[in-house]
Amino acid sequence: MEEAKGEEVTLFGFWSSPFVHRVIWALNIKKIKYKYVEEDLSNKSALLLEHNPVYKKVPVLVYNGIAIAESLIILEFIEETWKENSIMPQDPYEKAVARFWATAAGDGLWQFFITEGKEREEALTSVINNFELLEKELIGKNFFGGDRIGYLDISVGWISYGVPIFEEITEFKIITEQKFPLLHAWMEAFSNSEFVKDTLPLREKLSERYRKVWEAIMQKKN
Amino acid sequence: MASEKGVMLLDFWVSPFGQRARIALAEKGVQYEYKEENLTEKSELLLKANPVHKKIPVLIHDGKPVCESLIIVEYIDEVWSDKAPLMPSDPYQRAQARFWADFVDKKVYDCGSRLWKLKGEEQQAAKKEMIEILQLLEAQLGDKKYFGGDSFGFVDVAFVPFTSWFYSYETCANFSVEGVAPKVAQWAKRCLERESVAKTLSDPKKVYEFVCFLKKKFGVE
Repeated sequence: MEEAKGEEVTLFGFWSSPFVHRVIWALNIKKIKYKYVEEDLSNKSALLLEHNPVYKKVPVLVYNGIAIAESLIILEFIEETWKENSIMPQDPYEKAVARFWATAAGDGLWQFFITEGKEREEALTSVINNFELLEKELIGKNFFGGDRIGYLDISVGWISYGVPIFEEITEFKIITEQKFPLLHAWMEAFSNSEFVKDTLPLREKLSERYRKVWEAIMQKKN
Repeated sequence: MASEKGVMLLDFWVSPFGQRARIALAEKGVQYEYKEENLTEKSELLLKANPVHKKIPVLIHDGKPVCESLIIVEYIDEVWSDKAPLMPSDPYQRAQARFWADFVDKKVYDCGSRLWKLKGEEQQAAKKEMIEILQLLEAQLGDKKYFGGDSFGFVDVAFVPFTSWFYSYETCANFSVEGVAPKVAQWAKRCLERESVAKTLSDPKKVYEFVCFLKKKFGVE
């Protein structure tokens, strides 16, 4: 693990947050040693509020006393500060495409998860359209980053556990091997990667949390 | 899209998001073809270039589309890197620039829309929020010439198009930007001294006409 003299990296997070997971994966790939602080989101620490006064959210990365918030911004900061084991594409166009999909890939998924009937159908159409386009980004590659995991893999990595959990709870399959062979293979390759494998909480624990959130939302509606 | 050489921008005249791209291109001295889209009847080209969101702006460079205004601005900065750098070089400064540009993205347009769409208590709540947003940006600007420091930068490009909407926000919600955020108001005037900004921004009165047209369209009175 890389530990430059006098460098201190702290990550404020929450165990089930997909945004926090992104940062953990990036820190792992870059082989950066860091201290992890688990936040109680119902009782946020004074330090967190000090480091992220604007949004008061996790993740926050603190490096040598300075704080960076917003997961995708943290990823780019990590890439630019620790030069080895690069995660961003070099080409400006490829960077633009990766940055686009980092946020767009998830479009409609949450709506699909928490809505019913016609609203859900519309969300699903949007999700399928996006996944069809995203699938094309994987042609000829193992990962979105090419041979190795990169920024886009990390940014959309939460799909590798999130979609199966959504599918389980809503009892509706979206990413099947038939419909999305490349995405399906990517999900497995990503989950089994050395940088991801032992980072996630038990699948059952995650699933339980999402189910609780889902039930709370569904109850409010009915 | 054929691999036509050159730069094209699919846009809509009053869009602050499109204006970000126009300002960045102007700062860099890039020649491009401007294509005005009819948002009620989007072109085949737009739908093909941005199949996910079907929105403007879209920058098409040598036949390849780039979507999302802030991504477009970073792309322009990286490709035409020889002139007028918009992003700082230090990683932490860059993170700060991205953070505040993203803050403008998340907050200003949405809150601004609520100012003219809503009435009564809801509008008052939106007004309170807009004042908070402006004051946060005021604190960020401080006594600097621009958000980017001495040089016009990424956050300036991200925020400046919204300054021509200040008149509409003030008129609809009855407050003064200069009253709540005087440094931001001064900064807006300073930015207008730049050719790229002066030639791009819509006249505030025209923006207000557009807002009134939208209000009618949405049945707000």
